[in-house]
Amino acid sequence: MAKVETGLKYAETHEWVKVEGEFAFIGISDYAQHELGDVVYVDLPSEGEYITKGEDFGAVESTKAASDLIAPVSGCVEEVNTALDDTPELLNEDPYANWMLKVKLADASELDSLMDAPAYEAFCK
Amino acid sequence: MRYYDHLIFDYSKSGRCGYTLPKAAAPEVSTAVPEGLRRASAPALPEVSEVDVVRHYTNLSQMNFGVDTGFYPLGSCTMKYNPKINEEVAALPAFAAIHPLQPVETVQGVQAVYAGMEQMLSAITGMAYFTFNPCAGAHGELTGLMIMRAWHRSRGDMGRTKVIVPDSAHGTNPASAAVCGLDVVVVKSNADGLVDVEDLKPLLGPDLAGIMMTNPNTLGLFERDIKQIAALVHEAGGLLYYDGANMNPLIGKVRPGDMGFDIMHLNLHKSFSTPHGGGGPGSGPVGVAAFLKDCLPYPHTEGQQDNETTGSSAGCTQRVDLLTCGPFDPQKTAGRVSAHMGNFGVILRAYAWLLTIGRQHVREVGPIATLNANYIKELLRDAYKLPIPSVCKHEFVFDGLINDGAREGKEGATTLDVAKRLLDFGFHAPTIYFPLLFHQALMIEPTETESKETLDAFIDVMHRIAAEAAEDPDILHAAPHACPISRPDDTTAAKHPVINWADLQAE
Repeated sequence: MAKVETGLKYAETHEWVKVEGEFAFIGISDYAQHELGDVVYVDLPSEGEYITKGEDFGAVESTKAASDLIAPVSGCVEEVNTALDDTPELLNEDPYANWMLKVKLADASELDSLMDAPAYEAFCK
Repeated sequence: MRYYDHLIFDYSKSGRCGYTLPKAAAPEVSTAVPEGLRRASAPALPEVSEVDVVRHYTNLSQMNFGVDTGFYPLGSCTMKYNPKINEEVAALPAFAAIHPLQPVETVQGVQAVYAGMEQMLSAITGMAYFTFNPCAGAHGELTGLMIMRAWHRSRGDMGRTKVIVPDSAHGTNPASAAVCGLDVVVVKSNADGLVDVEDLKPLLGPDLAGIMMTNPNTLGLFERDIKQIAALVHEAGGLLYYDGANMNPLIGKVRPGDMGFDIMHLNLHKSFSTPHGGGGPGSGPVGVAAFLKDCLPYPHTEGQQDNETTGSSAGCTQRVDLLTCGPFDPQKTAGRVSAHMGNFGVILRAYAWLLTIGRQHVREVGPIATLNANYIKELLRDAYKLPIPSVCKHEFVFDGLINDGAREGKEGATTLDVAKRLLDFGFHAPTIYFPLLFHQALMIEPTETESKETLDAFIDVMHRIAAEAAEDPDILHAAPHACPISRPDDTTAAKHPVINWADLQAE
């Protein structure tokens, strides 16, 4: 059974968002990594790029499929988790500890359209 | 299957070779080539005798699995048998020994094959013209979209940049549209697995270039609303593109042209019995409706010829109009898509196949392919989950095992495990984890070339695997047991590919 971490916000496209002040960390859920299988490559934007809610900001490749990453919120990329370049399997090991992007939130109200943990858990069933 | 894991380099002995050449009259390389262009050291090629080479590749070939070895129910791929008469015809020196730059007057037989093939494919598909220049299915898709774009452009309608693609489409469809510089918009499927007409309507507008559809779709289901979809798209000024990957069940029964499609491609290496996959190359002819003729890529064979007079021995005494590569309109054509006229050897094999089975029997291809798929589906649905239970066309999708054997402390058997276990019984695995609509997708396409006995043997094995999973899923987790290599490490292979001798030496 896929784990759902409480305190995070979730998108229907299986990305999670963790809000810290005016910043948000973005990653993929345990359900997503489980469905993908062994992740072999992660394609992420660079620092300073702007991502737009609902549009793809990168891709995850596994031995099974390549999937677009869809931005759950809009904002400017402040930091990228470069550890994923060489060790993308971190996403399989702990998808919640290993965030992908740190973004400066452009519009905090966008968070309202995301699911909380219980709603996401129900969504995955 | 005999295990063999040598590389040709393993047999290399310095100075050994399989030929002798007379001393060259030309000057030595050391003096003829300027110093700056000479290589510092000899290339690292294997030095082996002829018998080493023959044994090495014969041994390697015995580790291969193909339609000549066994049943190959790879969904979405139409792995039908490739009749050997195709090879005989393609090997005829009059065809095999020609040069692509020969004057057209000297290759009238080849031109007659193009013209005859165009006539036959037009009859089968309801299109008016075909170009044979694209060298593969995805190349055909790109060419079709270039024709679509060329047509809008030729009318001065420059704002049509949007291509609609269903969520069940082959991955190549959005990829081809993107390569063609068009924007992809996805239309959803409804609960029956078909294009949702209500979801489609708001996507139609003056920016629409066209829609790409596969019918039957990737779930093996016939898009029943196609007439309505065609009317809506045409009304909005768009064109309909038909992805011919799934043409097999329609051959002889339904024509894309009659459904309202304007452009389509065929995969000769699927529906028309030419070698496929590693056995290629492929061929992706593109058919168009009459109004799109000027947008075809060039060159294109002009002049219709009657197959029967071309093929008869009386042909030599008859005056046959010269078949030429006709003029083209630079303002309208989609341009050139390959150096010459595609993979002629492949087109010739498909031509041989069509003439072999003939007008009468070609009508049986689709119905038998459909019957075979439904036969397997109905006999296996007691053991495998069937998400869409209606009558399928040439292929269908299971969504994993009904009883995967999962229990306390034991993971259930997945679709991957079933596919791996099939190898132990001498069957090629079906397509797995595609389409993405289902999590444990297992997609089976038997084609019309398999006998009832082969289908029954496959069904028995699939039942046996299901029973094993229910009893102890670990039997499946560890499969294949009888293959030279059990489970390759896909993850390491993808992350650290070792693909040649130099890579291996560097390890």
